[in-house]
Amino acid sequence: MNMPVRNTDNVVALPQATAGVLPMPPAPGKPLLSRVVPVLGEIAVRVVPPLLVLVLILVVWQFMTNSPKASLPSPLKIWQDSKDLIVDPFFVAGPQDIGLGWRVLTSLTRVAYGFGLAAVVGILLGAIVGQSTWAMRGLDPIFQVLRTVPPLAWLPLSLAAFRDANPSAIFVIFITAIWPVIINTAVGIRNIPQDYRNVALVLQLNPIEYFYKIMVPSAAPYIFTGLRIGVGLSWLAIVAAEMLTGGVGIGFFIWDAWNSSRLSDIVVALIYIGVVGFVLDRLVAGVSTIVTRGTAKS
Amino acid sequence: MYLKIDHVDKTFQRGSQSTEVLRGITLDVAKGEYVSIIGHSGCGKSTLLNIVAGLTDTTNGGVILEGRQVDTPGPDRAVVFQNHSLLPWLTVYDNVRLAVDKVFRKTKSRAERDAWTLHNLDLVQMVHAKDKRPSEISGGMKQRVGIARALAMEPKVLLLDEPFGALDALTRANLQETVMALHQKLGNTVMMITHDVDEAVLLSDRIVMMTNGPAAKIGEVLEVPLAHPRKRLDLVSDPAYIKCRTAVLKFLYERHRYVEAA
Ligand SMILES: Nc1ncnc2c1ncn2[C@@H]1O[C@H](COP(=O)(O)OP(=O)(O)OP(=O)(O)O)[C@@H](O)[C@H]1O
Ligand SMILES: [Mg+2]
Repeated sequence: MNMPVRNTDNVVALPQATAGVLPMPPAPGKPLLSRVVPVLGEIAVRVVPPLLVLVLILVVWQFMTNSPKASLPSPLKIWQDSKDLIVDPFFVAGPQDIGLGWRVLTSLTRVAYGFGLAAVVGILLGAIVGQSTWAMRGLDPIFQVLRTVPPLAWLPLSLAAFRDANPSAIFVIFITAIWPVIINTAVGIRNIPQDYRNVALVLQLNPIEYFYKIMVPSAAPYIFTGLRIGVGLSWLAIVAAEMLTGGVGIGFFIWDAWNSSRLSDIVVALIYIGVVGFVLDRLVAGVSTIVTRGTAKS
Repeated sequence: MYLKIDHVDKTFQRGSQSTEVLRGITLDVAKGEYVSIIGHSGCGKSTLLNIVAGLTDTTNGGVILEGRQVDTPGPDRAVVFQNHSLLPWLTVYDNVRLAVDKVFRKTKSRAERDAWTLHNLDLVQMVHAKDKRPSEISGGMKQRVGIARALAMEPKVLLLDEPFGALDALTRANLQETVMALHQKLGNTVMMITHDVDEAVLLSDRIVMMTNGPAAKIGEVLEVPLAHPRKRLDLVSDPAYIKCRTAVLKFLYERHRYVEAA
C-alpha cells in the first residue's frame, strides 16, 4: 500500500456559500407566507452576506483606484470601458471581436475534449493500478513524480509533438487532469470491500462485468473526488495554455487585452473565468451526489 | 457421497510467519442434508467454509462435489455471508437479479428471470421491499435478501457463515423458522456455521464440532435424531433434543473449553 490516501487531501471542497445567484422571489400571498418565510430566511442567510461583502469590496476598490493616476481601473471605469462585454456575452462584431460567452465556450470545448479523455483513460488506468499489486509498484512512483509537473511545463513538448495549437492545448488539459483521476480511482479500487469481491467471485463475473457492476459503483465516490480535482485543474490549465497558444479562447483574450492595454477587459474576463470554474466544480459535485447516492455505507 | 471434504489441511503463510489453522479435516455430506459446524471463535470455521466455497485454497487435500473436485468459487456453492454483503448501490430486486442474470443467462428468458427473481424474494417474504436499497431495510431483512440471492442461484450446496450472528434474538428466531421451512420445501444441501448451540440442534441433521485451534480438527460429529418439521416450543421438553444440546455443550465447555489467548 504505497499509495497513501492522503492523495485525496487536495479535494477542492469549496464552502457551500453560493455567491449571490438566487434572486429573491416576489412576495407571496398571505396563506403561503408562514411556510415561505423560513425558506426566505434560509435564502437570505446564504445570499445577503456574500452580497454585502461584494459591495464592500467594490466600494474599497473604487476608493483606492479613484485617482486618475491609479495603475488599475476602478469598478466604474470598468463599467464604462467594457460595458459591451458585460451586458452581452454572445455578440459577434468581427472575427476577433466577439462576446466573452463565445470565448468561454471555445475554451470549454477544449476542456471537454481534454478532460473527457482524461476521465476515461484515468479511470481505466486507475482500475489497472488499483487492481494489480505489480502495476501499483511499478507505476505509482512514476505517477507521483509526473503529477507534480506544472501544466504549462508540458506545453513546449506538446507543441513539438502535435505542431498545432488546438491539440496541444487539449493535450495539456489531458495530462493535467489525468493524475488525480488515476490516483483516486486506484485508491477507491484498493478499498473495495472483500465482501463485494467475494460476491463477484461466487457469481463468476468476468473482468468486464466486474468492472461495470462492482468496481465502478463501489469506487464511485473516490472516482468523483478525482474527477472534481481534475476538472478544476483543467480549467486552471486551459487559461494558461491559451495565453501561449492563441486562438479565440478566454485565455488568449486576456493576453491580447494585456498587449493592447485593455485592463478593464481583463478584469471582466477574470470574473467570467471564476464563475465558469465555480459552475464546473458544482456540476461535477452535483453529478457525483446523484450517481453515488446508493453507495453510502449500509 | 454428494459433498466430500477430503483430508484438508490449511496453513496460512504471511511472510516468514505461518499459522496452521486446519489439520486433516474429512467430512462427508449427503444430498439434502443440513450440517452445522460449531466451534469456538477463531478455530477456523470460516476458513473451512471458504475452502468449500473455493474462496480460499487448501494447503493439502481437497473438496469434491458430485464426483468433481472444486477449487474455484462458483454459483453451485452459494454463500450467505455473515454481514449480508449486498451491493449497496443496487435495490433489493437488482441484488437478486444480478445473480439470476448471471446464472440463468442462457437457460431462462428475460421474463422468466424476472419471475424467478420475484419468486425467490417471495420465498423469504421480501417482495414488498424489492425497490428499496439495502441501507433502507433492517439487518434481518438484509439477511433474508442474502438468502434469496443464494437460493436464486439454485446451488448444489448452500453455505451459510453465521447467517444470523448479527441479529437480535427475535429476528433470529424468525429467520431460523424461514430457513427451516425453506429447507423442508426445497431440500437443499446446507452447510452452516454457528456459535449458537440451540440453533445448531434446532436446524441440523448433523452437528460437526471442531476442536480449538491452532491446527483445529473435527472433534466429534453428532446426529440429531429429530423428525422434521421441528417445532421450537415442542422441542424444549423433548428428551432427544435435551440430550443433543447437552452433548454439544459438554463438548464445547468441558472438553474443549475456549482458552483465552494470554
Ligand atoms: N488470510 C489469513 N491470513 C492469516 N491468518 C488467517 C487468515 N484468515 C484467517 N486466519 C487465521 O485463521 C484462524 C481461523 O480463522 P477463521 O476466520 O476461520 O475462524 P472462525 O472459526 O471463523 O472464527 P469466528 O467464529 O470468530 O468467525 C484465525 O486464527 C485467524 O487469525
Ligand atoms: Mg468466522
